Amino acid sequence: MKITLLVGTTIGSKTNIALQLMKQYVEKQFAEDDVQLLSLADYQIQFSDGRNYLEYEGDTGYVAQELMDSDVIIIGTPIFQASLPGTLKNIFDLLPQQALLGKVVGIIVTAGSGKHYLVAEQQLKPILSYMKAQLVQTYVFIEEKDFQQKTIVNDDVLFRMERLAEDVKMQVDAQLAIQAKKDAEYGF
Amino acid sequence: MSFPKQDAFEFGIYTLGDHLPNPINGERISAQERIKQIIEMAKLAEQAGVDFFSVGESHQEYFATQAHTVVLAAIAQATSKIKIGSSSTIISTLDPVRLYEDFATIDLISEGRAEIIAGRASRVGLYKLLGYNLNNYEELFDEKFELLLKINAQEVVNWSGEFRKPLKDAHILPRPAAGKIPIWRAVGGTTASAIQAGKTGVPMFMAHLGGAATSFKRTIDAYREAADEAGFDSAKLPVATAGFFYGAETTQQALQEYYPHINEGMKLTNGRGFPKQHFAQGMDNRDILNVGSPQQIIEKLLYQHELFGNQRYTGQLDFGGVPFDKIMKNIDIIGTEIIPALRKYTSDKER
Repeated sequence: MKITLLVGTTIGSKTNIALQLMKQYVEKQFAEDDVQLLSLADYQIQFSDGRNYLEYEGDTGYVAQELMDSDVIIIGTPIFQASLPGTLKNIFDLLPQQALLGKVVGIIVTAGSGKHYLVAEQQLKPILSYMKAQLVQTYVFIEEKDFQQKTIVNDDVLFRMERLAEDVKMQVDAQLAIQAKKDAEYGF
Repeated sequence: MSFPKQDAFEFGIYTLGDHLPNPINGERISAQERIKQIIEMAKLAEQAGVDFFSVGESHQEYFATQAHTVVLAAIAQATSKIKIGSSSTIISTLDPVRLYEDFATIDLISEGRAEIIAGRASRVGLYKLLGYNLNNYEELFDEKFELLLKINAQEVVNWSGEFRKPLKDAHILPRPAAGKIPIWRAVGGTTASAIQAGKTGVPMFMAHLGGAATSFKRTIDAYREAADEAGFDSAKLPVATAGFFYGAETTQQALQEYYPHINEGMKLTNGRGFPKQHFAQGMDNRDILNVGSPQQIIEKLLYQHELFGNQRYTGQLDFGGVPFDKIMKNIDIIGTEIIPALRKYTSDKER
Protein backbone atom coordinates (compact mmCIF):
# COMPACT_ATOMS: atom_id res chain seq x y z
CA MET A 1 0.00 0.00 0.00
CA LYS A 2 1.21 3.46 -0.88
CA ILE A 3 0.53 6.48 1.31
CA THR A 4 1.31 10.03 0.22
CA LEU A 5 1.23 13.15 2.34
CA LEU A 6 0.87 16.11 0.02
CA VAL A 7 1.90 19.63 1.03
CA GLY A 8 -0.38 21.65 -1.20
CA THR A 9 1.55 24.91 -1.24
CA THR A 10 4.88 26.16 -2.55
CA ILE A 11 5.32 28.85 0.10
CA GLY A 12 5.34 29.07 3.88
CA SER A 13 6.49 26.46 6.35
CA LYS A 14 3.60 25.58 8.65
CA THR A 15 1.79 23.11 6.42
CA ASN A 16 5.08 21.37 5.77
CA ILE A 17 5.90 21.21 9.50
CA ALA A 18 2.46 19.79 10.27
CA LEU A 19 2.74 17.13 7.60
CA GLN A 20 6.27 16.13 8.66
CA LEU A 21 4.85 15.45 12.12
CA MET A 22 1.79 13.76 10.68
CA LYS A 23 4.05 11.49 8.67
CA GLN A 24 5.37 9.97 11.90
CA TYR A 25 1.88 9.19 13.14
CA VAL A 26 0.97 7.72 9.77
CA GLU A 27 4.12 5.58 9.73
CA LYS A 28 3.15 4.18 13.11
CA GLN A 29 -0.24 3.13 11.76
CA PHE A 30 1.09 1.85 8.44
CA ALA A 31 4.35 0.27 9.57
CA GLU A 32 4.49 -2.19 6.68
CA ASP A 33 3.68 0.31 3.96
CA ASP A 34 5.38 2.87 1.77
CA VAL A 35 4.81 6.34 3.27
CA GLN A 36 6.10 9.43 1.48
CA LEU A 37 5.77 13.19 1.77
CA LEU A 38 5.52 15.28 -1.38
CA SER A 39 5.86 19.03 -0.99
CA LEU A 40 4.84 21.08 -4.00
CA ALA A 41 7.65 23.50 -3.14
CA ASP A 42 10.11 20.87 -4.33
CA TYR A 43 8.61 20.59 -7.81
CA GLN A 44 8.03 22.72 -10.88
CA ILE A 45 4.41 21.99 -11.69
CA GLN A 46 2.82 23.37 -14.83
CA PHE A 47 -0.77 24.52 -15.06
CA SER A 48 -3.33 21.97 -16.13
CA ASP A 49 -4.21 22.17 -19.82
CA GLY A 50 -6.76 19.39 -19.83
CA ARG A 51 -4.62 16.60 -21.25
CA ASN A 52 -4.60 13.09 -19.80
CA TYR A 53 -2.33 13.05 -16.75
CA LEU A 54 -0.16 10.35 -18.35
CA GLU A 55 0.93 12.89 -20.92
CA TYR A 56 2.48 15.45 -18.58
CA GLU A 57 6.22 15.32 -18.42
CA GLY A 58 8.84 16.08 -15.79
CA ASP A 59 7.76 17.10 -12.28
CA THR A 60 4.12 17.51 -13.30
CA GLY A 61 3.91 13.99 -14.66
CA TYR A 62 5.80 12.65 -11.66
CA VAL A 63 3.56 14.20 -9.00
CA ALA A 64 0.37 13.27 -10.87
CA GLN A 65 1.52 9.67 -11.22
CA GLU A 66 2.55 9.42 -7.56
CA LEU A 67 -0.88 10.61 -6.47
CA MET A 68 -2.67 8.26 -8.87
CA ASP A 69 -0.57 5.38 -7.58
CA SER A 70 -1.38 6.16 -3.93
CA ASP A 71 -3.98 4.26 -1.97
CA VAL A 72 -4.10 6.88 0.77
CA ILE A 73 -3.54 10.63 0.46
CA ILE A 74 -3.24 13.07 3.33
CA ILE A 75 -3.68 16.56 1.97
CA GLY A 76 -2.10 19.42 3.87
CA THR A 77 -3.21 22.89 2.89
CA PRO A 78 -2.87 26.45 4.12
CA ILE A 79 -5.68 28.95 3.57
CA PHE A 80 -4.94 31.82 1.21
CA GLN A 81 -7.47 34.61 0.58
CA ALA A 82 -10.10 32.63 2.46
CA SER A 83 -9.64 29.69 0.09
CA LEU A 84 -7.38 26.90 -1.11
CA PRO A 85 -4.02 27.81 -2.59
CA GLY A 86 -4.11 27.78 -6.38
CA THR A 87 -1.22 25.31 -6.37
CA LEU A 88 -3.42 22.70 -4.69
CA LYS A 89 -6.40 23.34 -6.96
CA ASN A 90 -4.07 22.92 -9.92
CA ILE A 91 -3.15 19.45 -8.68
CA PHE A 92 -6.82 18.46 -8.72
CA ASP A 93 -7.17 19.97 -12.20
CA LEU A 94 -4.26 17.85 -13.46
CA LEU A 95 -5.97 14.63 -12.44
CA PRO A 96 -8.89 12.89 -14.18
CA GLN A 97 -12.46 12.90 -12.95
CA GLN A 98 -12.93 10.26 -10.28
CA ALA A 99 -9.18 10.18 -9.78
CA LEU A 100 -9.69 9.52 -6.07
CA LEU A 101 -12.06 6.59 -6.47
CA GLY A 102 -11.20 3.95 -3.90
CA LYS A 103 -8.58 6.16 -2.23
CA VAL A 104 -8.88 7.17 1.42
CA VAL A 105 -8.20 10.90 1.82
CA GLY A 106 -7.54 12.84 5.01
CA ILE A 107 -7.13 16.58 5.48
CA ILE A 108 -4.92 18.83 7.59
CA VAL A 109 -5.44 22.59 7.41
CA THR A 110 -3.16 25.33 8.64
CA ALA A 111 -4.57 28.82 8.89
CA GLY A 112 -3.87 32.24 10.31
CA SER A 113 -6.96 32.20 12.46
CA GLY A 114 -10.05 30.21 13.38
CA LYS A 115 -12.11 32.35 11.00
CA HIS A 116 -11.03 29.98 8.23
CA TYR A 117 -12.26 26.82 9.90
CA LEU A 118 -15.03 26.13 7.36
CA VAL A 119 -12.94 26.64 4.23
CA ALA A 120 -11.97 22.96 4.07
CA GLU A 121 -15.55 21.93 4.81
CA GLN A 122 -17.05 24.14 2.16
CA GLN A 123 -14.37 24.29 -0.51
CA LEU A 124 -12.04 21.32 -0.24
CA LYS A 125 -14.45 18.52 0.69
CA PRO A 126 -16.79 19.11 -2.28
CA ILE A 127 -13.85 18.72 -4.67
CA LEU A 128 -12.69 15.53 -3.00
CA SER A 129 -16.22 14.14 -3.00
CA TYR A 130 -16.60 14.98 -6.68
CA MET A 131 -13.38 13.11 -7.35
CA LYS A 132 -14.90 10.13 -5.45
CA ALA A 133 -12.52 10.06 -2.49
CA GLN A 134 -13.30 7.97 0.57
CA LEU A 135 -13.14 11.00 2.78
CA VAL A 136 -12.14 10.86 6.43
CA GLN A 137 -14.74 13.35 7.61
CA THR A 138 -12.89 14.79 10.58
CA TYR A 139 -9.95 16.97 9.70
CA VAL A 140 -7.25 18.61 11.76
CA PHE A 141 -7.35 22.38 11.80
CA ILE A 142 -4.21 24.12 13.06
CA GLU A 143 -3.97 27.82 13.80
CA GLU A 144 -0.96 30.11 13.73
CA LYS A 145 -0.98 30.28 17.55
CA ASP A 146 -0.39 26.52 17.72
CA PHE A 147 3.07 27.01 16.20
CA GLN A 148 6.19 28.36 17.83
CA GLN A 149 9.79 28.25 16.63
CA LYS A 150 8.95 26.02 13.65
CA THR A 151 7.20 23.41 15.71
CA ILE A 152 3.72 22.66 16.98
CA VAL A 153 3.40 23.52 20.63
CA ASN A 154 -0.22 22.64 21.25
CA ASP A 155 -0.51 19.08 22.54
CA ASP A 156 -4.15 19.02 21.57
CA VAL A 157 -3.17 19.44 17.92
CA LEU A 158 -0.75 16.53 18.22
CA PHE A 159 -3.48 14.39 19.78
CA ARG A 160 -5.81 15.30 16.95
CA MET A 161 -3.19 14.38 14.36
CA GLU A 162 -2.65 11.04 16.09
CA ARG A 163 -6.39 10.41 15.98
CA LEU A 164 -6.55 11.38 12.31
CA ALA A 165 -3.84 8.80 11.54
CA GLU A 166 -5.86 6.19 13.46
CA ASP A 167 -9.06 7.19 11.65
CA VAL A 168 -7.33 6.93 8.28
CA LYS A 169 -6.07 3.46 9.15
CA MET A 170 -9.50 2.39 10.39
CA GLN A 171 -11.14 3.65 7.20
CA VAL A 172 -8.57 1.88 5.03
CA ASP A 173 -9.17 -1.39 6.89
CA ALA A 174 -12.93 -0.99 6.60
CA GLN A 175 -12.63 -0.16 2.93
CA LEU A 176 -10.48 -3.22 2.24
CA ALA A 177 -12.86 -5.51 4.11
CA ILE A 178 -15.92 -4.14 2.31
CA GLN A 179 -14.19 -4.34 -1.06
CA ALA A 180 -13.15 -7.95 -0.47
CA LYS A 181 -16.74 -8.81 0.41
CA LYS A 182 -18.05 -7.03 -2.69
CA ASP A 183 -15.48 -8.70 -4.94
CA ALA A 184 -16.58 -12.08 -3.64
CA GLU A 185 -20.18 -11.15 -4.46
CA TYR A 186 -19.27 -10.00 -7.97
CA GLY A 187 -17.33 -13.17 -8.58
CA PHE A 188 -15.12 -11.64 -11.27
CA MET B 1 -19.84 4.45 -51.60
CA SER B 2 -22.48 2.98 -49.40
CA PHE B 3 -23.45 3.93 -45.92
CA PRO B 4 -25.65 1.35 -44.21
CA LYS B 5 -29.25 1.61 -45.43
CA GLN B 6 -31.59 3.36 -43.06
CA ASP B 7 -33.48 0.17 -42.26
CA ALA B 8 -30.31 -1.88 -41.77
CA PHE B 9 -28.74 -3.04 -38.55
CA GLU B 10 -25.19 -3.93 -39.46
CA PHE B 11 -22.82 -5.68 -37.11
CA GLY B 12 -19.19 -4.61 -37.07
CA ILE B 13 -16.00 -5.28 -35.14
CA TYR B 14 -13.43 -2.63 -34.37
CA THR B 15 -10.01 -2.62 -32.82
CA LEU B 16 -8.07 0.34 -31.51
CA GLY B 17 -4.92 -1.49 -32.52
CA ASP B 18 -3.86 -1.66 -28.89
CA HIS B 19 -0.81 -3.73 -28.09
CA LEU B 20 -1.18 -4.54 -24.42
CA PRO B 21 0.03 -7.37 -22.24
CA ASN B 22 -2.44 -10.09 -21.33
CA PRO B 23 -3.01 -9.33 -17.61
CA ILE B 24 -3.84 -12.97 -16.85
CA ASN B 25 -0.33 -14.24 -17.62
CA GLY B 26 1.61 -11.00 -18.16
CA GLU B 27 2.61 -12.01 -21.67
CA ARG B 28 2.82 -9.49 -24.47
CA ILE B 29 3.05 -10.63 -28.06
CA SER B 30 5.30 -8.74 -30.49
CA ALA B 31 4.00 -5.81 -32.54
CA GLN B 32 4.40 -7.99 -35.61
CA GLU B 33 2.25 -10.73 -34.15
CA ARG B 34 -0.34 -8.18 -33.05
CA ILE B 35 -0.63 -6.62 -36.51
CA LYS B 36 -0.93 -10.05 -38.12
CA GLN B 37 -3.53 -10.95 -35.52
CA ILE B 38 -5.61 -7.90 -36.52
CA ILE B 39 -5.46 -8.86 -40.20
CA GLU B 40 -6.47 -12.40 -39.26
CA MET B 41 -9.36 -11.04 -37.16
CA ALA B 42 -10.66 -9.19 -40.21
CA LYS B 43 -10.55 -12.37 -42.29
CA LEU B 44 -12.37 -14.36 -39.62
CA ALA B 45 -14.92 -11.57 -39.23
CA GLU B 46 -15.63 -11.68 -42.94
CA GLN B 47 -16.09 -15.46 -42.82
CA ALA B 48 -18.49 -15.05 -39.91
CA GLY B 49 -20.67 -12.67 -41.91
CA VAL B 50 -19.67 -9.50 -40.04
CA ASP B 51 -20.52 -6.39 -42.08
CA PHE B 52 -17.73 -4.06 -41.06
CA PHE B 53 -14.21 -4.13 -39.60
CA SER B 54 -12.17 -1.14 -38.55
CA VAL B 55 -8.76 -0.28 -37.14
CA GLY B 56 -7.85 2.74 -35.03
CA GLU B 57 -4.93 5.14 -34.99
CA SER B 58 -3.20 5.91 -31.69
CA HIS B 59 0.28 7.37 -31.42
CA GLN B 60 1.26 6.31 -27.95
CA GLU B 61 2.73 3.51 -25.93
CA TYR B 62 0.82 0.20 -26.00
CA PHE B 63 -0.48 0.63 -29.55
CA ALA B 64 0.69 -0.97 -32.79
CA THR B 65 -1.42 0.49 -35.61
CA GLN B 66 -0.10 4.03 -35.83
CA ALA B 67 0.05 3.44 -39.59
CA HIS B 68 -3.55 2.26 -39.62
CA THR B 69 -4.01 2.93 -43.34
CA VAL B 70 -1.21 0.47 -44.11
CA VAL B 71 -2.88 -2.18 -41.96
CA LEU B 72 -6.19 -1.45 -43.67
CA ALA B 73 -4.54 -1.90 -47.07
CA ALA B 74 -3.37 -5.35 -45.97
CA ILE B 75 -6.90 -6.14 -44.79
CA ALA B 76 -8.30 -4.88 -48.09
CA GLN B 77 -6.11 -7.38 -49.89
CA ALA B 78 -6.88 -10.25 -47.53
CA THR B 79 -10.67 -9.90 -47.65
CA SER B 80 -13.30 -9.58 -50.36
CA LYS B 81 -16.70 -8.64 -48.93
CA ILE B 82 -16.44 -6.97 -45.53
CA LYS B 83 -16.55 -3.16 -45.37
CA ILE B 84 -13.39 -1.73 -43.85
CA GLY B 85 -12.67 1.53 -42.11
CA SER B 86 -10.80 3.47 -39.47
CA SER B 87 -11.83 3.85 -35.84
CA SER B 88 -10.75 6.39 -35.81
CA THR B 89 -8.50 8.39 -38.10
CA ILE B 90 -7.13 11.44 -36.30
CA ILE B 91 -7.67 13.91 -39.08
CA SER B 92 -6.46 16.83 -36.92
CA THR B 93 -2.83 15.78 -37.24
CA LEU B 94 -2.92 14.46 -40.80
CA ASP B 95 -2.88 16.12 -44.18
CA PRO B 96 -6.37 15.51 -45.60
CA VAL B 97 -4.94 15.27 -49.12
CA ARG B 98 -2.55 12.47 -48.23
CA LEU B 99 -5.16 10.76 -46.12
CA TYR B 100 -7.67 10.86 -48.95
CA GLU B 101 -5.09 9.44 -51.36
CA ASP B 102 -4.52 6.58 -48.89
CA PHE B 103 -8.19 5.79 -48.42
CA ALA B 104 -9.04 6.14 -52.10
CA THR B 105 -6.28 3.61 -52.75
CA ILE B 106 -7.60 1.27 -50.05
CA ASP B 107 -11.02 1.68 -51.63
CA LEU B 108 -9.66 0.66 -55.03
CA ILE B 109 -7.75 -2.32 -53.62
CA SER B 110 -10.88 -3.43 -51.75
CA GLU B 111 -13.18 -2.70 -54.69
CA GLY B 112 -15.24 -0.04 -52.97
CA ARG B 113 -15.29 -1.17 -49.35
CA ALA B 114 -13.41 1.66 -47.60
CA GLU B 115 -14.86 4.09 -45.05
CA ILE B 116 -13.29 6.90 -43.03
CA ILE B 117 -14.25 7.60 -39.44
CA ALA B 118 -12.54 10.84 -38.46
CA GLY B 119 -11.98 11.93 -34.88
CA ARG B 120 -9.95 14.24 -32.65
CA ALA B 121 -8.16 11.75 -30.35
CA SER B 122 -8.78 11.32 -26.66
CA ARG B 123 -5.06 11.26 -25.88
CA VAL B 124 -3.05 14.14 -27.22
CA GLY B 125 0.59 13.02 -27.30
CA LEU B 126 0.38 12.79 -31.09
CA TYR B 127 0.12 16.57 -31.38
CA LYS B 128 3.65 16.93 -30.09
CA LEU B 129 4.92 13.88 -31.96
CA LEU B 130 3.58 15.08 -35.28
CA GLY B 131 4.36 18.74 -34.76
CA TYR B 132 1.01 20.33 -33.99
CA ASN B 133 -0.05 22.73 -31.28
CA LEU B 134 -2.51 21.31 -28.79
CA ASN B 135 -4.02 24.76 -28.37
CA ASN B 136 -5.48 24.31 -31.87
CA TYR B 137 -7.25 21.06 -30.92
CA GLU B 138 -10.70 22.19 -32.10
CA GLU B 139 -9.61 24.37 -35.02
CA LEU B 140 -7.33 21.70 -36.49
CA PHE B 141 -10.13 19.18 -36.56
CA ASP B 142 -12.74 21.56 -37.91
CA GLU B 143 -10.54 22.84 -40.73
CA LYS B 144 -9.10 19.50 -41.79
CA PHE B 145 -12.39 17.65 -41.54
CA GLU B 146 -14.02 20.28 -43.71
CA LEU B 147 -11.25 19.91 -46.29
CA LEU B 148 -11.57 16.12 -46.21
CA LEU B 149 -15.31 16.37 -46.91
CA LYS B 150 -14.60 18.80 -49.73
CA ILE B 151 -12.05 16.51 -51.36
CA ASN B 152 -14.60 13.70 -51.14
CA ALA B 153 -17.30 15.83 -52.74
CA GLN B 154 -15.24 17.15 -55.65
CA GLU B 155 -12.28 15.93 -57.63
CA VAL B 156 -10.79 19.36 -58.28
CA VAL B 157 -10.40 21.38 -55.12
CA ASN B 158 -9.87 25.07 -54.45
CA TRP B 159 -9.34 25.68 -50.80
CA SER B 160 -7.42 27.82 -48.33
CA GLY B 161 -7.12 27.62 -44.57
CA GLU B 162 -4.87 28.25 -41.62
CA PHE B 163 -3.10 24.95 -41.10
CA ARG B 164 -2.22 23.88 -44.62
CA LYS B 165 -0.99 25.54 -47.79
CA PRO B 166 -3.85 26.53 -50.10
CA LEU B 167 -5.04 24.20 -52.84
CA LYS B 168 -5.57 25.78 -56.25
CA ASP B 169 -7.31 23.69 -58.89
CA ALA B 170 -5.80 20.71 -57.11
CA HIS B 171 -6.68 17.40 -58.68
CA ILE B 172 -6.91 14.87 -55.85
CA LEU B 173 -6.30 11.36 -57.17
CA PRO B 174 -6.97 8.49 -57.32
CA ARG B 175 -10.73 8.68 -57.01
CA PRO B 176 -12.44 5.90 -55.06
CA ALA B 177 -14.35 3.15 -56.88
CA ALA B 178 -17.76 4.80 -56.57
CA GLY B 179 -16.44 8.35 -56.72
CA LYS B 180 -16.92 8.94 -52.98
CA ILE B 181 -16.01 7.33 -49.68
CA PRO B 182 -18.41 7.16 -46.73
CA ILE B 183 -17.06 9.59 -44.10
CA TRP B 184 -18.27 9.54 -40.50
CA ARG B 185 -17.49 11.78 -37.58
CA ALA B 186 -16.24 9.91 -34.50
CA VAL B 187 -17.96 11.11 -31.34
CA GLY B 188 -16.59 10.10 -27.96
CA GLY B 189 -19.88 10.44 -26.17
CA THR B 190 -20.00 14.17 -25.46
CA THR B 191 -23.15 15.93 -26.54
CA ALA B 192 -21.14 18.88 -27.85
CA SER B 193 -19.28 16.69 -30.34
CA ALA B 194 -22.53 14.98 -31.40
CA ILE B 195 -24.11 18.37 -32.04
CA GLN B 196 -21.13 19.37 -34.18
CA ALA B 197 -21.54 16.17 -36.22
CA GLY B 198 -25.22 17.01 -36.68
CA LYS B 199 -24.53 20.58 -37.72
CA THR B 200 -22.08 19.32 -40.35
CA GLY B 201 -24.65 16.83 -41.60
CA VAL B 202 -22.26 13.86 -41.44
CA PRO B 203 -23.09 10.40 -40.12
CA MET B 204 -22.09 9.83 -36.50
CA PHE B 205 -19.96 7.00 -35.18
CA MET B 206 -20.50 7.16 -31.42
CA ALA B 207 -18.19 5.29 -29.07
CA HIS B 208 -19.30 4.48 -25.55
CA LEU B 209 -17.96 2.79 -22.43
CA GLY B 210 -20.67 1.75 -19.98
CA GLY B 211 -23.76 3.32 -18.50
CA ALA B 212 -27.47 3.57 -19.10
CA ALA B 213 -28.34 3.21 -22.78
CA THR B 214 -30.95 5.93 -22.33
CA SER B 215 -28.17 8.45 -21.58
CA PHE B 216 -26.63 7.74 -24.98
CA LYS B 217 -30.04 8.05 -26.57
CA ARG B 218 -30.02 11.72 -25.50
CA THR B 219 -26.70 12.21 -27.31
CA ILE B 220 -28.14 10.68 -30.46
CA ASP B 221 -31.27 12.82 -30.16
CA ALA B 222 -29.10 15.93 -29.83
CA TYR B 223 -27.21 14.88 -32.96
CA ARG B 224 -30.41 14.43 -34.96
CA GLU B 225 -31.94 17.66 -33.71
CA ALA B 226 -28.79 19.58 -34.63
CA ALA B 227 -28.80 18.02 -38.10
CA ASP B 228 -32.46 18.90 -38.70
CA GLU B 229 -31.95 22.43 -37.42
CA ALA B 230 -29.04 22.88 -39.82
CA GLY B 231 -31.24 21.89 -42.74
CA PHE B 232 -30.23 18.25 -43.12
CA ASP B 233 -32.61 15.33 -42.92
CA SER B 234 -31.64 13.30 -39.86
CA ALA B 235 -33.78 10.42 -41.11
CA LYS B 236 -31.20 9.95 -43.84
CA LEU B 237 -28.11 10.16 -41.62
CA PRO B 238 -26.86 6.84 -40.32
CA VAL B 239 -25.73 6.39 -36.73
CA ALA B 240 -23.23 3.77 -35.62
CA THR B 241 -22.57 2.90 -32.00
CA ALA B 242 -19.38 1.29 -30.74
CA GLY B 243 -18.23 -0.19 -27.47
CA PHE B 244 -16.90 -3.13 -25.51
CA PHE B 245 -18.22 -6.50 -26.61
CA TYR B 246 -17.54 -9.92 -25.16
CA GLY B 247 -19.54 -13.10 -25.28
CA ALA B 248 -19.10 -16.35 -23.36
CA GLU B 249 -21.33 -19.25 -22.41
CA THR B 250 -22.68 -17.46 -19.38
CA THR B 251 -22.81 -13.78 -18.47
CA GLN B 252 -20.75 -14.46 -15.35
CA GLN B 253 -18.05 -16.16 -17.40
CA ALA B 254 -17.99 -13.24 -19.85
CA LEU B 255 -17.51 -10.76 -17.00
CA GLN B 256 -14.79 -12.90 -15.44
CA GLU B 257 -12.90 -13.32 -18.67
CA TYR B 258 -13.10 -9.79 -20.05
CA TYR B 259 -12.91 -7.59 -16.93
CA PRO B 260 -9.16 -7.99 -16.24
CA HIS B 261 -8.37 -7.05 -19.85
CA ILE B 262 -10.55 -3.95 -19.75
CA ASN B 263 -9.48 -2.83 -16.31
CA GLU B 264 -5.74 -3.35 -16.71
CA GLY B 265 -5.75 -2.18 -20.33
CA MET B 266 -7.48 1.05 -19.45
CA LYS B 267 -5.08 1.65 -16.58
CA LEU B 268 -2.15 1.45 -18.99
CA THR B 269 -3.67 3.46 -21.82
CA ASN B 270 -5.85 5.96 -19.93
CA GLY B 271 -4.39 5.98 -16.45
CA ARG B 272 -7.58 4.75 -14.79
CA GLY B 273 -9.22 1.36 -14.69
CA PHE B 274 -12.88 0.51 -15.26
CA PRO B 275 -14.62 0.49 -11.86
CA LYS B 276 -15.78 -3.03 -11.06
CA GLN B 277 -19.08 -1.77 -9.73
CA HIS B 278 -19.87 -0.16 -13.10
CA PHE B 279 -18.77 -3.26 -14.97
CA ALA B 280 -21.04 -5.40 -12.76
CA GLN B 281 -23.96 -3.12 -13.64
CA GLY B 282 -23.20 -3.95 -17.25
CA MET B 283 -25.10 -7.18 -16.63
CA ASP B 284 -28.32 -5.19 -16.57
CA ASN B 285 -30.04 -5.16 -19.94
CA ARG B 286 -30.53 -1.41 -19.72
CA ASP B 287 -26.75 -0.88 -19.57
CA ILE B 288 -24.99 -0.31 -22.89
CA LEU B 289 -22.05 -2.64 -22.13
CA ASN B 290 -22.48 -5.58 -24.50
CA VAL B 291 -20.81 -8.23 -22.39
CA GLY B 292 -22.56 -11.46 -21.45
CA SER B 293 -24.07 -14.66 -22.76
CA PRO B 294 -25.01 -14.65 -26.47
CA GLN B 295 -28.70 -14.50 -25.58
CA GLN B 296 -28.19 -11.55 -23.27
CA ILE B 297 -26.10 -9.70 -25.85
CA ILE B 298 -28.81 -10.27 -28.45
CA GLU B 299 -31.44 -8.86 -26.10
CA LYS B 300 -29.24 -5.87 -25.32
CA LEU B 301 -28.42 -5.13 -28.94
CA LEU B 302 -32.06 -5.33 -29.97
CA TYR B 303 -33.06 -3.06 -27.09
CA GLN B 304 -30.35 -0.58 -28.09
CA HIS B 305 -31.36 -0.77 -31.75
CA GLU B 306 -34.96 -0.06 -30.89
CA LEU B 307 -33.96 2.79 -28.61
CA PHE B 308 -31.35 4.39 -30.88
CA GLY B 309 -32.55 3.55 -34.37
CA ASN B 310 -28.87 2.95 -35.16
CA GLN B 311 -27.85 1.43 -38.45
CA ARG B 312 -24.72 -0.23 -37.20
CA TYR B 313 -23.22 -1.56 -33.99
CA THR B 314 -19.50 -2.22 -33.75
CA GLY B 315 -18.01 -4.25 -30.94
CA GLN B 316 -14.52 -4.06 -29.47
CA LEU B 317 -13.64 -7.57 -28.35
CA ASP B 318 -9.84 -7.64 -28.41
CA PHE B 319 -8.89 -4.83 -26.02
CA GLY B 320 -6.25 -5.37 -23.36
CA GLY B 321 -4.40 -8.42 -24.66
CA VAL B 322 -7.32 -10.82 -25.10
CA PRO B 323 -5.70 -14.09 -26.26
CA PHE B 324 -6.37 -15.04 -29.86
CA ASP B 325 -8.33 -18.20 -29.06
CA LYS B 326 -10.82 -16.05 -27.12
CA ILE B 327 -11.00 -13.58 -30.00
CA MET B 328 -11.76 -16.47 -32.36
CA LYS B 329 -14.37 -17.83 -29.97
CA ASN B 330 -16.07 -14.43 -29.89
CA ILE B 331 -16.12 -14.08 -33.65
CA ASP B 332 -17.59 -17.57 -33.78
CA ILE B 333 -20.36 -16.59 -31.35
CA ILE B 334 -21.03 -13.49 -33.44
CA GLY B 335 -21.27 -15.50 -36.64
CA THR B 336 -23.30 -18.43 -35.38
CA GLU B 337 -25.59 -16.86 -32.78
CA ILE B 338 -25.65 -13.09 -32.70
CA ILE B 339 -25.79 -12.05 -36.33
CA PRO B 340 -28.43 -14.67 -37.28
CA ALA B 341 -30.65 -13.45 -34.43
CA LEU B 342 -30.20 -9.80 -35.38
CA ARG B 343 -30.89 -10.58 -39.04
CA LYS B 344 -34.04 -12.43 -38.14
CA TYR B 345 -35.27 -9.53 -36.07
CA THR B 346 -34.48 -6.82 -38.59
CA SER B 347 -35.85 -8.82 -41.53
CA ASP B 348 -39.07 -9.58 -39.62
CA LYS B 349 -39.64 -6.09 -38.45
CA GLU B 350 -38.06 -3.83 -40.96
CA ARG B 351 -37.66 -5.47 -44.32
